[in-house]
Parts: sequence; C-alpha cells; structure tokens
Amino acid sequence: METVLEMNGISKVYPNGVYANKDVDFSVRKGEIHALVGENGAGKSTLMKILFGLEQADTGNIKLNGEIVDITKPGDAIDLGIGMVHQHFMLVDSLTVAENTALGTEITKGLFIDKETINKKVKEISDLYNFALNPNDLVGDLSVGSKQRVEILKTLYRSAKVIILDEPTAVLTPQETKELFERLLTLKEEGHTIIFISHKLDEIKQITDRVTILRRGEMICTVNTKDVTEREISNLMIGDEVDLLSKKSDPNPKDTILDLAGVSYTLPDGYKALNDIYLKVRSGEIVGLAGIEGNGQKELIDIITGFLPYEGSAKFMGEPIIKDEIAELRSRGLCYIPSDRMTKGAILSMSIEENLIANRVRGNVLHSNLPFILSKEKIAKYADESIENFDIRTDSRTTPMSMLSGGNMQKVVVAREFSDLSHMVVADQPTRGIDVVAADSIHRMLVKKREEGAGVLLVSADLEELITVSDSIVVIYSGEIVAYLPKAEEVTQMQLGDYMLGANRMDANTIRRNLYGKTE
Amino acid sequence: MEKRNNFFQVATTLIAVTISLLLACIIILFVSAEPMNAISTLLFGPIRSLRNFGNIIELMTTFMFTGLAISIMFQAGQFNVSVEGAFFLGGLISGGLISTLTLPGPITFIVAVTGGVLAGAIVTSIPGVLKAKFGASELVSSLMMNYVALYFGLFLLNNVFRDHSFGMLATHKIPKKYKLPVIVPGTRIHLGFILVVILIIVVTLFLFRTKTGYQIRSVGENTTFSKYTGVKIGKTVFLAQLLGGIIAGLGGTSEILGMYSRFQWTSLPQYGWDGVIVALLAGEKPQNVPLAAFFLAYLRIGSDLMARATDVPTELIIIIQAVIILLVTASALLSKFKQRSTVKEVIGDA
Repeated sequence: METVLEMNGISKVYPNGVYANKDVDFSVRKGEIHALVGENGAGKSTLMKILFGLEQADTGNIKLNGEIVDITKPGDAIDLGIGMVHQHFMLVDSLTVAENTALGTEITKGLFIDKETINKKVKEISDLYNFALNPNDLVGDLSVGSKQRVEILKTLYRSAKVIILDEPTAVLTPQETKELFERLLTLKEEGHTIIFISHKLDEIKQITDRVTILRRGEMICTVNTKDVTEREISNLMIGDEVDLLSKKSDPNPKDTILDLAGVSYTLPDGYKALNDIYLKVRSGEIVGLAGIEGNGQKELIDIITGFLPYEGSAKFMGEPIIKDEIAELRSRGLCYIPSDRMTKGAILSMSIEENLIANRVRGNVLHSNLPFILSKEKIAKYADESIENFDIRTDSRTTPMSMLSGGNMQKVVVAREFSDLSHMVVADQPTRGIDVVAADSIHRMLVKKREEGAGVLLVSADLEELITVSDSIVVIYSGEIVAYLPKAEEVTQMQLGDYMLGANRMDANTIRRNLYGKTE
Repeated sequence: MEKRNNFFQVATTLIAVTISLLLACIIILFVSAEPMNAISTLLFGPIRSLRNFGNIIELMTTFMFTGLAISIMFQAGQFNVSVEGAFFLGGLISGGLISTLTLPGPITFIVAVTGGVLAGAIVTSIPGVLKAKFGASELVSSLMMNYVALYFGLFLLNNVFRDHSFGMLATHKIPKKYKLPVIVPGTRIHLGFILVVILIIVVTLFLFRTKTGYQIRSVGENTTFSKYTGVKIGKTVFLAQLLGGIIAGLGGTSEILGMYSRFQWTSLPQYGWDGVIVALLAGEKPQNVPLAAFFLAYLRIGSDLMARATDVPTELIIIIQAVIILLVTASALLSKFKQRSTVKEVIGDA
C-alpha cells in the first residue's frame, strides 16, 4: 500500500521548556486505520495539532502524497484533505446538522445560503456511510454518539481523505463504540485513511491495522497491530512493566457518611435535573456513579459539595448540607477532587506550594509564632512532604502549576485534598486525560483512603475504572438512579451501558432494597 | 526555568520603558529647536538640585498611596477605579474637619484623619458591595462613584467647610500644629512618605504571608477554584476594595496635611489614575510599587522642568506615558523571544 502522509523529524518545544515532540517520524498508508498511542503527555495530541495546523513544529516537515506541504493553519490542512474530530466537539448546539456541517464553507445562491443544496449534500453523505443523521435536526438535541457522527460528516463534507480522531471513544458507551467502529470500517473500505488516537488498547487491537507508539515525545516504533499483544503495546508505551491495580481487599463498610433521601433539583427553566435521588455512601466503601455526561451527575456533585440548593434531605455525617457553607463542609472532612482541574482544582499561575496550602490556610496548622503571619518553614515542609508522598514530579515546590503535566497537576490536587481530615472523598473524573501510571497511583490512593475508613464517591466516564476501583456501582440516567449494583466486580461494561443508555432499569424498590438492605 | 520567566517579566517592563524613552527623544528631536537641552533636562533635570529631587519624592509619596490602593484591589481581580474619588474625598474630609473643628488638640487631629480614612473606605466600598451582593461590574460603578465623590465633596466644600473670607473656593487654613512634619529640610518631603513605606511593607506581608492575603490573591487568580476550596468570594472581594479605599483615603489625608495649607481642589486630582499606571508598572505587586512610583514621578518632574526650561510642551510626556502603558500591558511582545530562548535552552541541553 502506498504511503499517503509522512511527518519527518518533527520537534516541538513548549514555552515551559518541555519537549512535546522530539524528532518524531510518523507515516500512514492509504486506506488504513492507524493507531497513535502513548501515555498522556507523550505528544500524541501535539503531533496531530501540528498536522492539522493548530500548532507549528519547530523542526521537521510534512509530506502529503510525496510532496512537502506547508500547513500553518487548520484551513491549509482542510484544503489538503485532512480532517480532525476533536475530543471536545466543535459544534454549535443551536444550529442544525446541515448548518453545522457547512459552517464556513456555505454554498450560496446570490446573497443567501443555499439551504436546499446543502441539505441534499449532507443527506447524501449521511446515507452513503449509514450515519443516520437528519440534516434538519438541531445539534443540541442529538446524543453524544450522533454529535460525533456530525463531526465526522463535517470532515467528509470538506472532502477529507485523512481523518484524525482524537480519543473518539472516550465519550461513548460500549454500544455506541461498536457502531462507530462499523462506520470506520466502511470509511476505510471507501479508501479513507484514519488516524485513531486512543488510550484503550483493546479497541486498538480490535480495529486498527498498524500502531505507532509515542513515549515522552519520542517515536518508539510503528508495528502491525496483529503482531503485538495488548501487554506489549502497554509496555512499549510506559517503558517498563507496570502492575496495575487489579484486585483489592473486600470493603468493610460501617457508618453512613453521606445520606441522600429524595433529593431533587429543578433547573430555572423547569427541567428536573435530579428527581428523587436516594444514595448512601458508608465509611470504608467506594461507590461508583456511572452515567453518560449530562444526566445529573454534575448537579448531584454540586449539591453534595454545597454549591447548589436542593429539595429533599442530604446529610453529611448526620448533619444537613447547606448551600454555600463550603468552608464548613470542608472542615468537617469532605474532600473534593473536581473534574476540571484547570479551573476548579488549581490556580495555574501560582506555585505548587501555594496550590497545596489552599485548604490548609483555614486552620492554624501553618501559622508561625507571629500573629496572622504564616510560617514559611511550615509551608515548605508541608509542600515537600506532599511532593514526596504523592510522587509529584517537579524540580521545586515553587514551580508554577502551569508547568506540570496533567497527571502531576492532578496529583497536586489529590495531595491537597487528601492531606486534610477526610471522612468522605468526592472524586469527579479523577483520572480523565492522565496517563496510565498516574491514574493507577490515584486509584491506589482512593483505595487507601477507603481502607483508612473514608467513604468514597467516584464519578467516572471510564467504565473500566469504575468496575475495578468501586465496591458498588450506582447508575444515573436522566436525573434518576436507575440501578444499584452492590458488587462492582460482577458487573460487565455492556450491562452498565444498557443502564446508562436507559435501555434497562431496575425498579425503584429493588434499588432501595439493595441500597438499604445491608444496614436496615 | 522559573528564574527565566521572572527575567522575562522584568525585561518586558525595562524594554517598554526604554523604547518609550527613545520614542520621547525622537519626538523631541522633531519638535524642539534645542533638542539636546530638552532631552538632558528631561532625563537629568530632576537630579540637578535637592529641591527638584524633593519634588520627585513628594509626588512619589502620592503615587505610592494610590498605586498601593489599586494594587491590592487588582490582586483580588477587582478593577475598582474609585481610588480617584476616595483620594479626593479623603483629602477633603480630613482637610475640612481639621480646619473647622475646634476640639481639644489631638482629638481634632484624630477625628479628622479617621474621617478622611472612612470617607475613602466608603467610596471604594460602595462598588465593592454592589459587586459582592449583586455582581454589578465594579469598573462601571466605580467610574460613576468618582463623580458622586467629586460632587458630594464639592457640596460639602461649598456649604460646610468653605472659608468665605478667602478669595477662592477652599477650606479654612489648616492650623500649623496639625501639619505633617517635613522630614528632609529644604524639601517638602513629609511624614507621609514614611507612613506609606510602612504601609507597603505591611500590605506586602499581608498579601503574601497571611491567610486572608492568600485568599485575596487566590480569588484574583481563580475565583472558581477559591470557591471550591471554601473561600467566601463576596467577603474577600469586598475586603480588598475596603482596604484599597482605606489606603486611598489615608493617602488623600496625608497629601492635604503634608503638602497644602488648605484644601482647594475643585476637580478630581487624577492621582487615582496615576495609581493605575503605577500598579500596572509594578505588576500589581506592592513591593514593586515604590520603584514604579519613583519612575512615574521622575518622568513627571522631568517633563515639568523641560516644559518650563525649553520649548517642548508637557503634553508630550502624556504621550510617552501612554506608550509605556501600551507596551507594558502588551506583554505578548516578548512571548516570541521567550519561545525562541526556551527552544534554544532545551535543545541546547539535549
């Protein structure tokens, strides 16, 4: 098969001095599905951003069909037939499928947009690849899987021959993933080339022809997928063998820490984001909360952490949770790892040290002998201890947060939250977008907290993580708890997927019985 | 790595200052018939006599007060510009009270200073409360607040504090015994200078070494984060603006009691806006305020001398200031150089 695209000797250094790519060679053949794998921070996204013109390489060149091309902006890449589907969709919710698809390249009739022609063209492409999209549907009303199809359709509409998919399955349920793969195979048969960025090795084995492995910005190798095992790929990615958390001790649940009874929340527009939620977290257990994003998890967490008002009863350590009494909740032992570490979990412009003390300054543990003044020595000692205990990779405690990789940044957040008194940990997507090793160490920290007697509520879109780390799993769908599965290790991803999609649900009594059976 | 980043921050400011001074010299070359004389007066005039140098320190004292007041609010992410009004009203209330009240000695002084500080605190607090309670943009309300402060002040001046025997709109004479003592003979440098230096040390310690200071900075850097760690946002934002107002009110008081024999401003003195310039030059860091204030005062005095001694108008200096602010705030200027140097350093290491 002929090589369609080549990237030679690509290097890219970020302003913080980190090599994102170092002399990377990468080539893909016509009509193949090519996996690009590596830990987070290995340089996959940067390499693809360079290919798509979102970033400029410091050295190296790109060849398309044997000719050197100059890609300085996404427009150049699109003109050359390269399309990219980002992890976070670039769609306008208030526009229709056809309008989103044509945005920026509208066909016009005189001064006006020729809607009919656009709709017809969109419909043709959608039918050709079996995308099942209606050009006139509003994108805001579509499911995540359909939105992703709109993104792919967008690249095809711009006659892309090479399509980059950045972690396309991260947001999908197992069922949607299966459908996506079928469509990718159709595209491949039609002669399209697909670059598939992923963390998930089983998916790579399942669908790709070849795989290129990056580690710390460098290209390690490109191999035929069928010649390697998942284990081999994982070892190449990480560099040395790792022993990921697989089994843990049995839970030893005791007192109820968090008790939600009949909690509801209505949005200002009248939509019930949460409806009559019953949920219990006891000390010494990890409860996993599964659900497709946007089914009420965010509201639920905001209520538990004191950010939203609610109807019903929500108690932490036996006392009702009061909105905006966040400092009080925190000092009673509620720890919170927010899903968005960039805005909610850290101050990027401040140092590691200053980020670590955010919750500690409240008490008097960091005070010096002088009135009001904080002790530099105590802060330094505390920061150094945290860096050591939580294995934060940095040269100094005064390094700004913005210079850390995602995994290390998350470790700072975890270190801060875990250092305080903790009866309960609310962990919202604690390992999203961070590499396997860092994720594993965060999993172990959660399990350790549980063994120390804290209750943990783990919210995650990563079903594998939910099943391995949690003791029991609760599924939320459309603002309601639709399943309570007391034994996480007996749950399959497909089974969870059915509950998450609303294809299946337990009746309310079974849920209650499962929930309260053991204690009452 | 961190050192290099600091270096770039300092370098940005220095380059901006140098470019703008060069630009000033070029403009002078074009407009002046005696350019060498003009440039040397601008650059060296302020240090040619003790009196001129004294003028710099006097003006610098004023700039330090307002620059510090603005800095503390900027640290909390609050673009409250009513320091202008707070400084004015602080000066008017203290000057008015001290020249009108006839309470026994020290009590008059204490009441007048307290009044000045309170006036400043109230002026900046109003936008602070509106922000904390209703989320009203502090920029808009503080801009409006300046007019309220001005006209309320003029009302008081006209109807309460006015000395009708004096030819112009002014308060009575401030009794000698209440004036802040001069600390360097031969100049008008007064006790206010020492006061503001102490304030700067205290505020620096407060912002960087105390819990509340840390919370003010964290709210300024990232409000969402601060809320998630349990900081009361409204309270913190209000506190920063209150403190700024106190400092501004005290600044106005120090200005009137240190430099003038009566209060007779009938329009806003613009020192609040100078404070914005100082705070920007200082990178919002109180410990850098003295240097920034000195620079701006030097520039002002130099340009005044130049305007008096040569044919170059003072307006030119306003242009130069504008250029400095533009250049300093456009910190993106150096990002390209920074990227190149980073690439070099890392590739060099590898």
